[in-house]
Amino acid sequence: MKDNLNISAPVIEAKGLNLVFQTSDGPVHALKDVNLTINKGDFVSFIGPSGCGKTTFLRSIAALEHPTGGTLTVNGMSPDEARRKRAYGYVFQAAGLYPWRTIAGNIKLPLEIMGFSRAEQDERVARVLDLVELAGFGKKFPWQLSGGMQQRASIARALAFDADILLMDEPFGALDEIVRDRLNEEVLKLWARTGKTIGFVTHSIPEAVYLSTKIVVMSPRPGRITDVIDSPLPKERPLDIRDSREFIEIAHRVREGLRAGHADD
Amino acid sequence: MRSILPVVTVVLIIVALWYAAAVRLNAPWVYDQAERAGAPAPGFGQLLGETMDQERPVLPTPHQVVTELVKSTFGMAVSSKRSLVYHGWVTISATLLGFAMGTGLGILLAVGIIHNRAMDLSVMPWAIASQTIPILAIAPMIIVVLNSIGVQGLIPKAIISAFLSFFPVLVGMVKGLRSPDQMQLDLLATYGASKRETFWKLRLPSSMPYLFTSLKVGIAASLVGAIVGELPTGAVAGLGARLLSGSYYGQTVQIWAALFAAALVAAVLVMAVGVIEGRVLRRMGMVR
Repeated sequence: MKDNLNISAPVIEAKGLNLVFQTSDGPVHALKDVNLTINKGDFVSFIGPSGCGKTTFLRSIAALEHPTGGTLTVNGMSPDEARRKRAYGYVFQAAGLYPWRTIAGNIKLPLEIMGFSRAEQDERVARVLDLVELAGFGKKFPWQLSGGMQQRASIARALAFDADILLMDEPFGALDEIVRDRLNEEVLKLWARTGKTIGFVTHSIPEAVYLSTKIVVMSPRPGRITDVIDSPLPKERPLDIRDSREFIEIAHRVREGLRAGHADD
Repeated sequence: MRSILPVVTVVLIIVALWYAAAVRLNAPWVYDQAERAGAPAPGFGQLLGETMDQERPVLPTPHQVVTELVKSTFGMAVSSKRSLVYHGWVTISATLLGFAMGTGLGILLAVGIIHNRAMDLSVMPWAIASQTIPILAIAPMIIVVLNSIGVQGLIPKAIISAFLSFFPVLVGMVKGLRSPDQMQLDLLATYGASKRETFWKLRLPSSMPYLFTSLKVGIAASLVGAIVGELPTGAVAGLGARLLSGSYYGQTVQIWAALFAAALVAAVLVMAVGVIEGRVLRRMGMVR
């Protein structure tokens, strides 16, 4: 995991990336000519309507989809190699905790597969539970936790094996607004404490603007990037930053980008 | 305990109907006897008395069946050939062995089906075809064929049991092992998990509720298989043998007692699976 000695090197780099799904209705261009560079420590949000390829792009980084053209490197490697080097943790829209495992047992799942020793598993579980503020919940079963706590546990699971990159696919999409605000704050804290590079797919403009250092606006048919906004907001972001003029301006630009993407449908 | 009243009511209605049917069905014999003796046709009171405790009734009355059941269960040494405990145990041991074999076979085939496309396409039609064969037709063949290669006793009956019980387990386990959704499979893929790890850590635990549902059907089917397997063997022991000898000698009371014993055994076996299911799933945190 200490392969990326050159810190200024991009963590994720896509050049002319294309992905075409062959469906029974003919080919679907999920990603078209996507060029994007994500640097170490960036918090990048992908926003756009359904079918714009934001999830497909995230899944391509995780080697869950395989691009049909162009190049995509993760830590300078192919996504498949990066997976073997445990370059990233992935958080899905649903927590997807195993009901037959305790919270600690769920967090141990990747550690067991990756062959960590028992002592190290316990040590890591304690550390990441603390990181997502679930210390003391290790012995509980998932159904004993609220939806927000379950999603925090799934983030802990993705953090447990110390990947430098955290990929999150609408992780809070199924949660209510209040829980979502809390978790957004916590993700920012987590990001500040761990210095990870985060890729975050969302439908929500405020969420994207509040969290990100870089906002990637995408549009559908074919899935492509229409705008990349580097956020001028400071790293320290209280919730009420969302009422500031700068925040509203960025949100406006994101909305314009989304509208422009739709205009040429 | 409010549910007791309706249950008792239904049982009482069934018992009453049963007695009524016994009077009706056993009456011809009473009339026949009276006619032969040259006596006048019996009145209703006499009819009622003489249909209750016939030695070979067309339909035995509930108390006859219960008396026979109790007598042949508790009133005999368990090693006696007239003890239902003895016959019951013979059948139960074949049932349990066949159930174990059928469950093992069902799980193995299911694992093959979900991992191998050729098996996926080919096994299920054969499995379904196997269940359309009337078990009564194939049971004697199995017994005869195995006997000719020197296999007798418990094993042939267990094989017939397994033949019936593997199917529900196969169907349930294919469904259960495929129950994890794409997201859960993707999650394991991001950890670089192998097929084997995916099986042990995700597919198998996910399939447990499906497995136990199948096991309940499977163990009842096993019991049917074991009893059917006892019918064509020349019948020396087992509930099936008891049924057969009862029908040879017109011992209807014995037949009904054996039928009730079989039903009780089935209920106990299914309940036992249910208890294990409850324990396992609670242990796994899958029931609250």
